[in-house]
Amino acid sequence: MSISTPRQTSGTTTTTTSVVTAAQSQRLVAAVSAMFLGAFLVYFAGFSHIDAVHNAAHDTRHSSAFPCH
Amino acid sequence: MFKRIAQTAGFTGLLAALLLTLLQSFWVAPLILEGEAYEEAPAAELHEHAEGAMAGHVHDEAAWEPENGWQRVLSTAGGNLVVAVGFALMLAALYTLRTPSRAREGVLWGLAGYAVFVLAPTLGLPPELPGTVAADLTQRQIWWVGTAASTAVGLALMVFAKHWLLKAVGAVILVVPHIVGAPQPAVHSALAPEALEAQFKIASLLTNAVFWIALGWISAWLFRRSDAPGTQTGLNHAL
Repeated sequence: MSISTPRQTSGTTTTTTSVVTAAQSQRLVAAVSAMFLGAFLVYFAGFSHIDAVHNAAHDTRHSSAFPCH
Repeated sequence: MFKRIAQTAGFTGLLAALLLTLLQSFWVAPLILEGEAYEEAPAAELHEHAEGAMAGHVHDEAAWEPENGWQRVLSTAGGNLVVAVGFALMLAALYTLRTPSRAREGVLWGLAGYAVFVLAPTLGLPPELPGTVAADLTQRQIWWVGTAASTAVGLALMVFAKHWLLKAVGAVILVVPHIVGAPQPAVHSALAPEALEAQFKIASLLTNAVFWIALGWISAWLFRRSDAPGTQTGLNHAL
């Protein structure tokens, strides 16, 4: 991933550092939210106690060795 | 950034779910159906006897259930898709923090996922056919999630930590759920014959291994492919 170079002509190490930090924190936020979304999807299909969801994903649960019944 | 994760996870999930559904339909699902045949026979008997005592009890019949055949296959494919996209989102999230240097490295991530979500939990709660007596569902789910989480943290420390002490802590965290032990029923019993249960365990463990290796490899390949410097417009977008 390329880090965009600061546009200001007065660009110093401080500016570069702040850009790098911003990109890093942005990346971290994206990663953490994707992680939560992924965990929610797995929870919904694999662990939800809603009867219809359990029945629909029943074979998925057994086959993936998720606790079932 | 998030677009790249979502794209990777979406396509990876789709491909891996297709593969899993194919393997399941030919190998795992027939065993589940066979197991259900054992489950349904005594259940019908029990229901008759218990009718008086269960008056007013609302059965699961109200909830929708797919018909055997295409409806059930499609419904399972849907379940597989949701689970596969979920796992692929987690992998792609990790790749944004530590991009694989080559697609083959994804296989290692896939194997780690297999260890976290399949191997470690099945050490305490092996794959079971319908009709197997087990401990309380919520208790088992809590142990499953706890085991997956501690295996993930333990493995990460053992692989990425620099200091030997941290690696040792990782090994301890990895082992703790197995020392605590999975919730077990008072008496173990299963309606299906032991040979069928054994066959199901092997089928489940092997199909999941193939699924995870495919998931890791495809996700790393797609994630790297979308990282063509200068050509990727969505790359610098905020969330």
